[in-house]
Parts: sequence; C-alpha cells; structure tokens
Amino acid sequence: MQHILAELEEKRAAARLGGGKKRIDAQHAKGKLTARERLEILLDPGSFEEYDMFVEHRCLDFGMEKQKVPGDGVVSGWGTINGRLVFVFSQDFTVFGGALSEAHAEKICKVMDQAMKVGAPVIGLNDSGGARIQEGVASLAGYAEVFQRNVMASGVVPQISCIMGPCAGGAVYSPAMTDFIFMVKDSSYMFVTGPEVVKTVTHEEVSAEQLGGAVTHSTKSGVSDLAFENDVDALLQLRRFFDFLPASNREKPPVRPTDDPADRAEPSLDTLIPANPNKPYDIKELIAKVVDEGDFFELQPSYAANIVTGFARMEGATVGIVANQPMVLAGCLDISSSRKAARFVRFCDAFNIPIVTFVDVPGFLPGTAQEYGAIIKHGAKLLYAYAEATVPKVTVITRKAYGGAYDVMSSKHLRGDVNYAWPQAEIAVMGPKGAVEIIFRDDRGDPQKIEARTEEYRRKFANPFVAGHRGFIDDVIMPHNTRNRICRALAMLKEKKLANPWKKHGNIPL
Amino acid sequence: MFKKILIANRGEIACRVIRTARRMGIKTVAVYSEADADALHVQMADESVAIGPAPLAQSYLQIEKIIKACKDTGAQAVHPGYGFLSENQAFAAALRKAGIKFIGPPRKAVAAMGDKIESKKLAKAAGVNTVPGHLGVIPDAAAAVKIAREIGYPVMIKASAGGGGKGMRIAHSDAETEEGFRSATAEAKNAFADDRVFVEKFVEQPRHIEIQVLADAKGNCVYLGERECSIQRRHQKVIEEAPSPFLDAKTRKAMGEQAVALAKAVGYVSAGTVEFIVDKKRNFYFLEMNTRLQVEHPVTEKITGLDLVELMIRVAAGEKLPFEQKDVKLKGWAIESRVYAEDPVRNFVPSIGRLVRYRPPAESDSVRVDTGVYEGAEISMYYDPMIAKLVTYGPTREAAIARMEGALDAFHIRGVNHNVPFLAAILRSPRFRAGNLTTGFIAEEFPDGFKPGDLAPEVAARLVAAAAVIHGAQRARELAISGRRDGVLAMPEPDWHVRLGGAGYDVTVTGALPAARVRFALGGRDHDLAVASDWKIGEPLFRARIGDRDGGDELTIQAERQGVAWRLTHAGASTLAVVLSRRAAALAAQMPEKAAADTSKFLLSPMPGLLVSLAVKEGQQVRAGEELAVVEAMKMQNVLRAEQDGTVKSLHAKPGESLAVDQAIVEFA
Repeated sequence: MQHILAELEEKRAAARLGGGKKRIDAQHAKGKLTARERLEILLDPGSFEEYDMFVEHRCLDFGMEKQKVPGDGVVSGWGTINGRLVFVFSQDFTVFGGALSEAHAEKICKVMDQAMKVGAPVIGLNDSGGARIQEGVASLAGYAEVFQRNVMASGVVPQISCIMGPCAGGAVYSPAMTDFIFMVKDSSYMFVTGPEVVKTVTHEEVSAEQLGGAVTHSTKSGVSDLAFENDVDALLQLRRFFDFLPASNREKPPVRPTDDPADRAEPSLDTLIPANPNKPYDIKELIAKVVDEGDFFELQPSYAANIVTGFARMEGATVGIVANQPMVLAGCLDISSSRKAARFVRFCDAFNIPIVTFVDVPGFLPGTAQEYGAIIKHGAKLLYAYAEATVPKVTVITRKAYGGAYDVMSSKHLRGDVNYAWPQAEIAVMGPKGAVEIIFRDDRGDPQKIEARTEEYRRKFANPFVAGHRGFIDDVIMPHNTRNRICRALAMLKEKKLANPWKKHGNIPL
Repeated sequence: MFKKILIANRGEIACRVIRTARRMGIKTVAVYSEADADALHVQMADESVAIGPAPLAQSYLQIEKIIKACKDTGAQAVHPGYGFLSENQAFAAALRKAGIKFIGPPRKAVAAMGDKIESKKLAKAAGVNTVPGHLGVIPDAAAAVKIAREIGYPVMIKASAGGGGKGMRIAHSDAETEEGFRSATAEAKNAFADDRVFVEKFVEQPRHIEIQVLADAKGNCVYLGERECSIQRRHQKVIEEAPSPFLDAKTRKAMGEQAVALAKAVGYVSAGTVEFIVDKKRNFYFLEMNTRLQVEHPVTEKITGLDLVELMIRVAAGEKLPFEQKDVKLKGWAIESRVYAEDPVRNFVPSIGRLVRYRPPAESDSVRVDTGVYEGAEISMYYDPMIAKLVTYGPTREAAIARMEGALDAFHIRGVNHNVPFLAAILRSPRFRAGNLTTGFIAEEFPDGFKPGDLAPEVAARLVAAAAVIHGAQRARELAISGRRDGVLAMPEPDWHVRLGGAGYDVTVTGALPAARVRFALGGRDHDLAVASDWKIGEPLFRARIGDRDGGDELTIQAERQGVAWRLTHAGASTLAVVLSRRAAALAAQMPEKAAADTSKFLLSPMPGLLVSLAVKEGQQVRAGEELAVVEAMKMQNVLRAEQDGTVKSLHAKPGESLAVDQAIVEFA
C-alpha cells in the first residue's frame, strides 16, 4: 500500500501545483489569484472537499497525450460559506489556459448534478481561454452538457458566475444562463467574438476591455451584475452576497439575527419627497433607512439606474427590493430598466424571496429609440414577471404612479398583497398638466383656464384617495412608519400560499 | 413682561430665542419664507407667519410684512437675532411707530456705532483706545499715501461702511497703498453703495478679542468678560472661546471698563459687543461695536451662567439688571465651533442639499448645540450655510478642548459636506492647544488650504482596534445564519488582518463585544487594547472605551458599512478599514496596486450646481489660469480655471445643465 500512498501524494501535489510555478507567477503578475487561492477566500477555511483531482483529459492528438495535468484545468467540489453548503468550480488558467476539455466539462457537470440533488447553489469562478481546440467537437459537446445543466438548474438552485479572466465565444453562454454574473475590473472580459474578429469583420478597432470588460458589461450591456476592483474584493463580496440567497427553490430565504427594531421610525422620511413634484430625490435613501441596518446589496447599480434592484433584509430575512429612481430619467421605465427589473423579480419569485417595491414612476420613456427597440415587448417582461410572481409582494407608492407604469409596478391588480401609498402619492393616468391638455383640448389657447383646470385635476386625482376609494391601495401610511408597516406586512404574509395554474411553462414575451 | 414676542430671524438663532422665551412663559411667533415652511424654528414656535419668497430681500428683510405679522398675531415685541434687520434703523423706527418694542439697543446707539469712522471718533472721545489712524474721509490715492506715511507702515485701508472683510486692504508700501485705496474704494462702492474709506495702523500678530456688555434703560451697564475670536477664515469667525487664553485680569478689567464707558457714552441699552484688536504686548485698540446679540454669545453664557437673551428681553420690558459688575464671576472655559455646510478640502465651497443624516452630539452641562436644522431638512442656497454652533464647557481650557473633540467625533452629518474635519484639525494643532492665536492662524497653519492629514499613531491604533471588534461582531452575525450544515465553523476566528489608511496590521481578537481585547503592533509598539462598547451593527456611532488594562478613554467613532469594508470617521479623519483573514491578506498582498484613475485630464465640477457658461470649445488651446466654465451654486458664480496648459478634447456638459460633485465638464486631450 505504501507505494500507492506515495503515488497518491505525488498526484495530489501535481494537481495542487496546476500549471507550475512559472504560470502561477504569471497569473499573479496579471493581478489574478490561482483557482485554488480563490476558493480559499471564497469558502470557509478547511471546508473545501475537492472532487476529481485525478481526472485527466483523454486527447491523443497534437501531442496532448504527453501533456497531462491532474485535475485538467478546473478545481471542483463543495464547501461552505458561513456554514451553508455550496458547490463550486474554479477554472485554472495555469493549466492549458483553463481551456475546457471533455473531462473538464464532466467535472463541472458532476458538481452541478450533485447540487441539484441536494439543493445547494453552484458558484462558478470562470477563468478560461475557451474550448480545448485539440479536442474539437468533444470540447463543444462538453460546453453543451454544461449549458443543458445550467438550464435544468435554473430556478431550482441559485447559480452564480464570477468572471475572473477571459470568457469568450461559446463559453459565455454558461454564465449567461446563470442567475448572476460578477466580474473583476481590468482582468476579466466576456464577448462572443473578440477584438481580432471584430476588426476583420467590421473594421472596428476596440480593446478587449472596451469590448467586454467589467466596466462595459456593468454599465453598457447590463450583462454583468457587479464589477469589483480585484479578485479578493470580488470573492469577499460574493460571500456577502451568498448570505442573501436561499439554498434552493425548496427553501425559504435564510434568516440572520438583527438588532434593528422592526418598529424603528425614521422621521426624516417625512421630508424625503420635495415640495416641488418635479424635483428628484434619492430613492436609495429610503431603501437605506427602511431595511435592516441600512445593509443593501445593490445589483447593476451603474446599468439602467432609473430602476434600483437588490437584496436586503427585513427582520433578518432576505427581501428583494425594486424601486424607481427619480434621480435618473425621472425614474421612468424604459427598455433597459424593464429588463433589469423583470429578471430580478423572476429570480426572487423562483426562490421564494418576498418582493418590496417602491414606486415613483412617471410612465414609460417616449421616443423612436424606445419604440423601435421594442419597449412594448420589454416593458411587458416586467409586467409579466410581476403578474406571475406568487411570492409575498408589498408595494409602497411614494409619489407618482402614472399610467400603464402604475399597473406594471406590482399594483394591486397584479396580485400585489399589500399596497401602501404615502400621503404625497399621485395615482393617476398621467400628470395633471398632460391630462388637462387632453381632457380640455379646447382650452389649450387659454393659459388661465388651463391653469384652473390643472389645479382642479390636481385636487381631484393627484392624491392617493381615488385609488383608495376602490381599494387599489390598502392604506395611506406615514413615511416615517414605512419600515414598521413593511415588516408587519411581511410577517402577515409569511405563510402565503398561491399557485399559478398548471402549465408546461408560460410564454413570457422574450 | 411681554406675553408674546415675534422673532424676526430664522435658523439656529430663532430657535435659540424661542427656547428662552418659552422658558420665560412668553409665547413666540416665527416668521418664515417659502423655503423655510418646514424649518425647525417654525415647528418650535407657538405661531408662525409666512412672509414671502425665499430670497432674503423678499422675506426676512421685508419690514412691512414683519410689522404686519406682529399686529396680526398680537406680538408685543420683536427679537431680531443677529444679521437680517438686527441693526436696521428703518426697522427699529417702523416698530416704534407701530408701538412694538424692539428687543435691542436704542436707534441712536445703533446709528452712532453703525459708521466705522463716526464710531471711532465717539470711542476716542469716551476714552477708549483706538488704532492710530486717520478718521476723516480720504479724497484720493495720493492723500491715502500721505496719511499712511504719517501713521507708519503697515497700514490697513478699510471701507467706512464695511464689514465681513469687504473693502479691506493691507498695504506695506506707497504702491500698495495706492492700489489698495483704488480697489477698496471700488469694492466698497459695489458692496455698500458707499465708497468712503479710511486708513489706520495695521496691527501685527493681532488677536480679535471682544467684550460683551449689557445695559439696562436705567443707566446700569456691566461687562461680562471677553471672547477671543481670533480663529477666523477670511474674516469669518470659525472657533471662539471665553475667556481668552491671552488676557490677564488687569487687561480684562481695562478693556471691560473702556467698553462700558463707550456703551454709556452712546446711551446703550441691551446686549452689545465691543470688539478690540489686541497686539502681542497686550495693547488693545477699539475696532467697532456690534449693537446686537453676537453669534458667539453662548461661550459667554457658559462661563457667566447668564442667559443673554433672557436679559435682553427683561431689559427691553423695562426691567433693571438683576446684578452689578461685582456679581459677575467668570467660571470655567467655553469653546464654540461653527459647523458649516461647506467642503473644507475644496476651498470651503458651500455645500447645499438634504441632510440625509443629522445627529448632533447629545447635550449636557458641558455640551450645548444651537441648531436650526434636523435630519431630513434642507440646507438651502438662499441662506447662511451654518448648520449648528457646537459649544463645550469645562473647568479648564484643556477640558473644554477635549470635550469639543469628543463632541465633534459624535457629530454625524451626511448628505452635505461639512467642516467638522477642519474644526477637528484646528483643535488638534499644537499651536491652538498652546493658545498661541492670531487672526492669521488659519492662513498660517493651513497655507494651502485644508487637507486631511495622515492618521496620528494613537488615532490609527484606536481605529484598528475598533475595526477588529466591529468585524468580530459582523462575523458572529454571519455565523448565526439559518440553514447551516452543522459541524463546521461556529465561532468567529481570532486572527485577522486589518487594512487601514494604506497600511496593514495583524490583529488577534479575544472575546467579543460588549468587551473584547485586541492585540497588534503599530508604530513600533505592541498594543493590547481593551474595547468595551454596547454598539450594535447598524448604529452609525461606535461609542466605546478603548485603552489598556487600566480602563481607557471614552470615545466615539463613526462607523458605516461600505460593501465589505467599514468607513471609520474619527478625530477629523475618515478612512476605510477592511478586515481580512490572514490568508486572504497574504493573497491580497500579491495583487499589484492599481493606478488610480487619471482625473487630471478632466475638469470636474467642485460642487453641485448649475453650469452657467462654458468659455471653451472642442479643440481649443487653453493656458493655465484661463477661464473654462462658470458654475453657480448658492447664488455664487464660481469661475473654474485651467490648472495647466492643454487642449480641449471634448465637452461633457452643456450650459444650463445641473452638475453633481465631481461630474466631468471638460475633457482635455
């Protein structure tokens, strides 16, 4: 047995060394940690159990048979984050540039299959040059096996991708199908076709960073949920993020103790809404003052900033927050913000996370860019997402709730469970000015009359009472009591049971 | 006694007057502009009356509206506060005509002291020391030079109707005198519609020390000691104290008696202040008399135990002063810091906006906060950006300073920039602590403006200890999450690495809050600090006792979560603390330092405001010092200039656009 143990230790040592000291140094010089170092930070110390350390590729072409590294470019297994189970794979760029072979893919599939069985999230740390070209279609098959599992796991266990190096070509479609994508600034990029091909085909000169870097994807494309400064920052944030997520769709979101009283009043919220209805205010102040300990994990802060999405806790339990942001584009709905919020709402619904919605929406953004870009279909996504969601839905209208956008934003009619309005709420088809110009078309030449009509409309409709008369809102609440009222509503809804009619799946307007 | 008074002011002074009136059983009436409908003074008063739009000239300076408000509410007297109408003779006359009492000095006294030249003549006649100079009006630059030579250089050229530093020039030579005469005249004409200037001796190493006087209508007048207000920035007082660390009993008495003599000479009634300039040999010269309640009056109240507003009201109601000079006893030391909404690191530009967080330190016998705002209130562009006056009191100057430092640490303001870091830096400076003050203090100690300095080792040590125990609390919280697979980690790890202010420290934590112990090495010293605190995650103020085994100091650190880091604010410094496992720290050390984004290629807006105009076009060459853009904030037009030669690559904002702080306006090639 002794020689077996010696050989075992030898193999383990080789696996741990990955692509060798030189490549590890090169990895560090690029500001990147190795696959194993990353897992050390991500997981609780000593909790990682590695699988498939001895897996090697089976390629016999192009001299590959002479180049074998135990583990084959990906480190996989399970561990814990703050004691909660998580399956992980971490691609090793020092081994064949992290290129995906058939065996490499099999390792990823193995942890995904097991995660599905036991109901635990999967975190992938991507750092791969792409397909193992020497393996040809076997490598492509490997990708597709992973894609299939991404789809099967979608809505069953949370899947998170952290892009910490290259991720190009077909490889992007695995992260694309996971629930969240995080990226590291300056050292990661994602694109379907790289700068070289772009230059050949379209003659555009663009750097990898500009084409698909963390900043590009977290500000322009919205592919990435967050961009972090470096590997360490990203992994620590990933740990923080993980604490918000339930292990699977069979579980309720996790609960952490808190010292923040549910009935904490915030008198300053009474002056949050400016006297002038056209003056913006920062909806994030409301979020920070309402959620437990002011701890809000915002997603996509720099993309479609006219809507704010992210996780927080109320009385220790995770909630999803969706809020119009009056500071950006007056908080209107447009293509980007509708898509952003719709995807977030569907994640919350899939994983039993109650949704708290703060509404201050003047309507949809007008213009040819929006119409040609299919705002009809994209706006419908958010409407669809809210309408199909069966998790507890608590809504607070802080100011404007105009037109179709009012309906969309978790209204009573879309099975909103508890819908509150602040006293300054204006729930109407549109703002007084626009409404008067339509209703009293004939008075348009007479500014005095228009002013009188506008005032009349304002008195009549620019308040929460018209909606209140019909029960579309359940109560008018004082801003300073908002936290207390939301906490009470969520407590009441704790055991909410609601199921949609059986169907194979709905047909969301994609 | 009056049954009801009206306060013709806003902000902290209106609130302060209302507080005293309420204690005296007098009903109060507030007046307010449209911008102040939700202001604290309106909430505090028994009644309130709207008097017009936000601009001062259309509201708080509207004499008729205020008189009407008095009549409508039945207010029998008006307290004017400071500024605004407090020294306006037309207002006093209108009140008299309406049969409403003015809580302040008689018109005659105000008029006599209102003119710098006239007041100086009166003072001289009353036997008050005055600065050698020429009190007559000077016809031209040549005459100014002649007079300056007679007095001897350096000389000061001052606008007769001046105030607040406007129309003031210092000249060391004939040429400077000529130039100073011209510019002071022009500025005075602009600012006060009165171009008269005078010339006087410029006192070197001057201190600004003023005497509080109080007189009743029955001929009694006392002085209530002095206030030293030498800490000024561009002639605006920043920190005041009473008594002065410089005066001896003899000088105090001499100054006090001269001040009383002047007050009596002009038939003064009510509270007033005689300002002196004091040179390094304790020679003192009359500057001017302020015929109103001063901003900094609370330091006098703290050391005399008197309520000046109460006494003003009593005197105005015809009562006799309830004490004599011999009864006035000065006890202890008081310091006042003026907390402004301004950005000290950006040349003190005013900062307007919503007070997202506003928690002044708790009041006690040794801490007084005079404020006119509250959390959620707006710092408006229309008025003075003073947020609060923070006053601390102690048996000694050292005690008052220590309490001020503690109170500033606990002053939690977010949403607008503020000068608390600057105030803390002044208090920490050895020169301030030594009491070695002059009116040039700020200009000399901060010649290049204010820059937050490096952390002092003892401050860094406190912050490291605080970061470690805060992280411990956070870890305990994380480990208590539901859904854990048992048998893994359950107790926070003891060994950590704290990264703070560009350095890193290996720390070992034993125990957890409310009482933990942190060991680490810093500044060549081993620290073993006990940290005791009942702080809970989410509270912005981390109040703790941090020290060695013998106890330690009670202190406050502001702690706010920023992602996985904590922003700690203490002793005027704000720094980011990240706590890592030792292993993560070792790995992080391998990360190459990223170069900070190069912002030198951009002209950034130094403040939130409106872009009024752009002076450059794309492709244009600019020279250093050339005007690039004008940004308006707080009604102030700020000209932004090129810092170096360059070429404009692109424009990122258009005139008429609202700008946020640090928003790019112009990009250079």
